Amino acid sequence: MTVYLLCFALLLVGIYGLLVKRDLIRIIIASGIMGYAANLMLILFAYRRGGLYPILEKGKTVGARVMVDPLPQALVLTSIVIELGITAMLVALAIRLFEKNKTFDITKIKRLSG
Amino acid sequence: MNQERGLTLIAKTVTRISVWLIILYGIYIILHGHLSPGGGFAGGVVIALAFLNVMLTFGHETVTRWLNIDFLHDLEPASGAMYLAVGILGIAISGSFLANFLSKGTLFNLVSSGNILVLNIIIGIKVAMGLFTVVWTLAVFRLYEGGEE
Amino acid sequence: MILPFFIIIPLLAAFLIAMISGNRDYWAIIVSVLTMISLAVLALFNFGTIGGKTIVYEMGAWKIPYTICLTVDAFSAFMLVIISVIGLTSLMFSIYYIKHRSPSWKYYALFMLLITGMNGVVVTGDLFNLFVFMEIALFAAYALVSYGSHAEEFEAAFKYAIMGSISSTLVLVGIAVIYSATSTLTMAIIAERLPQNLKVMYWSGGLFLAAFGLKAAIMPFHAWLPDAHSSAPAPISSMLSGVLIKALGIYVLIRLFYNVYGAPPIFLTIFMVLGSISIIVASFLAIGQWDFKRLLAYSSISQVGFILLGIGIGTPLAIFGAVFHILNHAIFKSLLFYNAGTVEMVLGTRDLRKMGNLTHILPYTTTTSMIATLSVAGIPPFSGFFSKLIIIIAAIAAGYPVYGGIAIVGSLLTLVYFMKVQRYGFHGEKIIEMEDIKIGWGMRAAMIVLAVLCLATSILIIPGIKEFTLDPVVDAIINKTGYITRVLGR
Repeated sequence: MTVYLLCFALLLVGIYGLLVKRDLIRIIIASGIMGYAANLMLILFAYRRGGLYPILEKGKTVGARVMVDPLPQALVLTSIVIELGITAMLVALAIRLFEKNKTFDITKIKRLSG
Repeated sequence: MNQERGLTLIAKTVTRISVWLIILYGIYIILHGHLSPGGGFAGGVVIALAFLNVMLTFGHETVTRWLNIDFLHDLEPASGAMYLAVGILGIAISGSFLANFLSKGTLFNLVSSGNILVLNIIIGIKVAMGLFTVVWTLAVFRLYEGGEE
Repeated sequence: MILPFFIIIPLLAAFLIAMISGNRDYWAIIVSVLTMISLAVLALFNFGTIGGKTIVYEMGAWKIPYTICLTVDAFSAFMLVIISVIGLTSLMFSIYYIKHRSPSWKYYALFMLLITGMNGVVVTGDLFNLFVFMEIALFAAYALVSYGSHAEEFEAAFKYAIMGSISSTLVLVGIAVIYSATSTLTMAIIAERLPQNLKVMYWSGGLFLAAFGLKAAIMPFHAWLPDAHSSAPAPISSMLSGVLIKALGIYVLIRLFYNVYGAPPIFLTIFMVLGSISIIVASFLAIGQWDFKRLLAYSSISQVGFILLGIGIGTPLAIFGAVFHILNHAIFKSLLFYNAGTVEMVLGTRDLRKMGNLTHILPYTTTTSMIATLSVAGIPPFSGFFSKLIIIIAAIAAGYPVYGGIAIVGSLLTLVYFMKVQRYGFHGEKIIEMEDIKIGWGMRAAMIVLAVLCLATSILIIPGIKEFTLDPVVDAIINKTGYITRVLGR
């Protein structure tokens, strides 16, 4: 139970960073932390008590042990790829924003309002 | 060798030897995707990081001379189209998109489990080229202030 | 049999454009026009032959609990037609417009990826596959919003990307919660196993409402839309505002809350409240705008509020009005964004105070904008009148006179700010004369096609045609747990 609460606390840390920080790069890092929390929650839901890793090896039999669920691991792999792409695009946008505004501070980038 | 760009002489000498080992490790992870953890994406990331290692140590002009950047820029959508071609072959031969049409082989062999080996290799190439293109574009843009879109 | 081709054709076109284009872009234009025409033909053929049945396609030759399935019923076919037709007109508009701004083959490749993502969201029957295709469409949207490389476009794209990544993380947490309760990802089997578990339904329903509500720009989650839709180039604004917020937001909300959850009454009440807040507050915000495209963006939020109000009421008549309003809003909002793009290209500004009487230099634009304004404000015989009337009658007939009154007030406010656009933007005081205006024939053709459709879609109300086209769509939504039977066959 405490593991799930800590995972939720990680999600809240990410949201806090996204809302409060003023530097563009710290906002990007906070959105990455939120993604890690969601991936961690997916893997935590896949655990079975006393389970083995879900790989068949030559010469070893599984017997009566259970294996942990392998499907959320595939979901997490896909999700990591997607977040890699999002982070790359956010970094490219941050570089172009710096080139146009000469600052990384979001309180000074205010061309669009109303 | 130029001493002004890149890191020190020790880093350059070690990189000259170790980059080939890193690429070999990446190819191992890609090829054994159906037998052990890893697969196309993880191996592709390792190969892209090998090229990034050379770019960090030697400077990006050396990498532009060492690799053929235009060919790598074209290889990425080509491997994406090959993935779709494998899927369409599945429709033509077995009736559903991405259906298996190679033989499944014996268990625990390297060349077994049909389509998965081919798809792993295609994904490995695409991820490696894509990730390296992104990093190379970001590095080159910084130097030519006012780069293109 | 033709279901995977809705995803394969635009994806293959995107890769081909990236491979074969050198520095010029005429190969890109030819490939993308061929792709969009074939997609439009396929979508219309699919909608014509689908009737009331459901097509299920399993990928990879595996059976249902172990595979990703693609399911198309009447509602999905309807959305496919909207995406393909509006995409085709947007492509015709953008051939000349992009050549004028900054020509490159990358625009067409990203456009094809956007179409792939939206087609994939509408066609799929698997929850995680929906998340992946939604991300593909959003990538292309973030990159296309910042296409012109002006300073305000980057800021708008950054805001859109950060808010989109929050909502994507919330979708992942919702998928994790549903998977832990039902151990499956196929939407039909989730609908079968879920009603025993009310806590999971409320928890994941709240997460999905927040996440997909942000994609659909419902009122508390709307803050990215005015910046993104006003800074993007005009054909991309029309694709985003006309199709993307409906295919990624409203379609997924209907699919999840009606077919998978079985429409619990507390969520329908939340829909009604959020919809009415959207209608009123966004209309007031739109009246005070002097930027043409920003006014249109706030108007989009208001019209999506109408659709959400119709969905929240829940009776078959209200859902009929909401579905018809999805079609109408796609047509006239795209037409208005094309007009705004033409005016911006000719005059160089978006400020309404600087425009004047444009009837001499831009006759087609002025006429089509008047047609679109009459349609959006709800004047008969244009199609917007019928869809708003049906939503208002359904609200009063279902016993919610307050919401019916809010919808009427919203309609009047819509008329107010569109009259402001017509008075300042197109029929102002000083007459503007300019020499050698060059507008491509593609731009004019796109606007005329949409203006004709504004009038022509009101024939879908006539009772003979209604049973053929729109009634199967309403049946697919209102028959909630019938979705399980139609997909799984048990």
